[in-house]
Amino acid sequence: MLNIKKLHKSYPIGDSSLHVLKGIDLSVDNGEMVAIMGSSGSGKSTLLNIIGMLDEADDGEYILDGVPIKNLTEKKAAIYRNKFLGFIFQSFNLINYKNALDNVALPLYYQGIKRQERQEKALFHLEKVGLKPWAEHLPNELSGGQKQRVAIARALAANPKLLLADEPTGALDTKTSYEIMDFIQSLNDEGKTILIVTHEEDIAHMCKRIVRLTDGVILEDEKVEQVRASQYV
Amino acid sequence: MFDRDLWREIFQSINMNRTRSVLSGFTVAFAILLFTILFGIANGLNNTFAEAFADDANNSIFIQSGTTTKANKGYQAGRQIQFKNKDLNYIKEEYNEKVQYITSRIYLNVNASFRNEKDSYSVRAVNPDHQYLENTKIKEGRFINQLDIDNKSKVIVIGRLVEDDLFLKTTALGKYLSLNGLQYKIVGTFEDDGGDNEERLIYMPVSTAQRVYGNNDYIDQINLTYNPEMDYDKAISFSNALTKDLKDRFDVASSDQRAIRVRNLAIESKTVNQMTFGLGVIIIVIGFGTLIAGIVGVSNIMIFIVKERTKEIGIRKALGAQPKSIITIILTESVLITAIAGYVGLLVGMGVLELIGPSLETYFIKDPSVSTSLVVGATITLIAAGAIAGYLPAKKASQIKPIVALRDD
Repeated sequence: MLNIKKLHKSYPIGDSSLHVLKGIDLSVDNGEMVAIMGSSGSGKSTLLNIIGMLDEADDGEYILDGVPIKNLTEKKAAIYRNKFLGFIFQSFNLINYKNALDNVALPLYYQGIKRQERQEKALFHLEKVGLKPWAEHLPNELSGGQKQRVAIARALAANPKLLLADEPTGALDTKTSYEIMDFIQSLNDEGKTILIVTHEEDIAHMCKRIVRLTDGVILEDEKVEQVRASQYV
Repeated sequence: MFDRDLWREIFQSINMNRTRSVLSGFTVAFAILLFTILFGIANGLNNTFAEAFADDANNSIFIQSGTTTKANKGYQAGRQIQFKNKDLNYIKEEYNEKVQYITSRIYLNVNASFRNEKDSYSVRAVNPDHQYLENTKIKEGRFINQLDIDNKSKVIVIGRLVEDDLFLKTTALGKYLSLNGLQYKIVGTFEDDGGDNEERLIYMPVSTAQRVYGNNDYIDQINLTYNPEMDYDKAISFSNALTKDLKDRFDVASSDQRAIRVRNLAIESKTVNQMTFGLGVIIIVIGFGTLIAGIVGVSNIMIFIVKERTKEIGIRKALGAQPKSIITIILTESVLITAIAGYVGLLVGMGVLELIGPSLETYFIKDPSVSTSLVVGATITLIAAGAIAGYLPAKKASQIKPIVALRDD
């Protein structure tokens, strides 16, 4: 599904540059659920951004579902993001003047799907996250957990091969966090490949594999026994 | 081209930022409002000029005589200069190439009566060419012709208002009108755009007037039009040459301004044309200046909108929005705001002109209005203006990196 070799990334800071990723090797198979852990500044978000084609690596190889990701034009990157990836953000990143349904339908709009079909698909995914009755509500009329579920529905709408979640529970209380994790786990059960960036141990242990990053290198990469979130809900 | 979803996106966005959109449109609306009003007023001034000259062919030259103010060649000052038929013939022959139409004029005042209706009128005794010189429009019958001149016929052509006054809704053509007790046959009636005074006139053959009133060959004034193929400068030098020639002919000092007066409409037309042109340039400069200010205003606010929507644009890009779609949204929004605001300005401007138009006639501004071609031109200009205003912001928006935008928490 995902193959990364000797990935390097540095950011210019004034005259010098900050070497954030110092040769990352990582491969993820279909159906895996991987937590990327590390303290702030360890490069975990940068790694996720590169995987998400929001940022480009300086050096190294990145192959996503057999497609080498290198020197993409903006247009190509947009098409790949739309086709391959679903994003879940810490701060939800919903468009605040669009109702839940329209938010979920947005990736489908960029796929060029007709309005009628878009609305149906979006509604289907909203129902899946249990928010069908809230379809017409604006984001600010929803709770944090509900917002994140709308965001998950949006990430799922385009039927991506890979779900990328950047601190998906970072802005939520513990109970809601577990509810969201429970839902993400159920998606993984259905076969979705999921990458989660987190710094919370309990969230990481709800994944099947933990990759620990320190100062831009992978220090540890181990399979773990998945803790089911459902027992806390 | 027409993408319903795109328009939904745009209206949603404008609706969300209603105040801001209205404010940004305001400058453009104001620019167009100003432009419309200025343009209308300029048009009104033009109309006034056009009307002032509607009466006469604008290649007319009028030659009048008076008394000398300077002694010259043994003659004392105060001598009366009198044109005669031979002077007209002289001009006709001497300047055959340069003269289009020429006529003499004798002014008379008469008491006219038909049955019980009577009134006093001005009479102009003229040659047939006079019809073209004054833009006289024949309503019924005909104008004075050469046969009338040759036969010194007692025929007249009367103005529309003379007919109204004396013939009380009945037709005057073919009837006899008494002028100072002499019967004249009415061979024609005419209309004139030069106003009521021009339509309260009576024309008669110059030869008839000369025989009946004085039995001489005097004429009061000579009117002519120069060959319209001559431009203003040629026309002006022609009238200068003519003036000098006539002054020599009557032994008038060349510096004498009163004895022989030549008024050339070319000079006035030239001045008016230059003035109108200058006015047009000023209006275009002011109009475009304000429009550019408007464009900068919209552009500024669009840049601000893009800045404010950076995060949203980042989200859209993360979800797969291509740069093209972002550019389209911003550009269309800009064009839409500019075009709508511009039209509001145009409509308000036209309304203002409509409202204040009548009261402006005192200031020589008649019927100020804007033409359809201006409205079409304005539409194209506005769309172009919107596109210009939106270009920078759209470019800025398309270059937003989603990662930078999303980091912006």
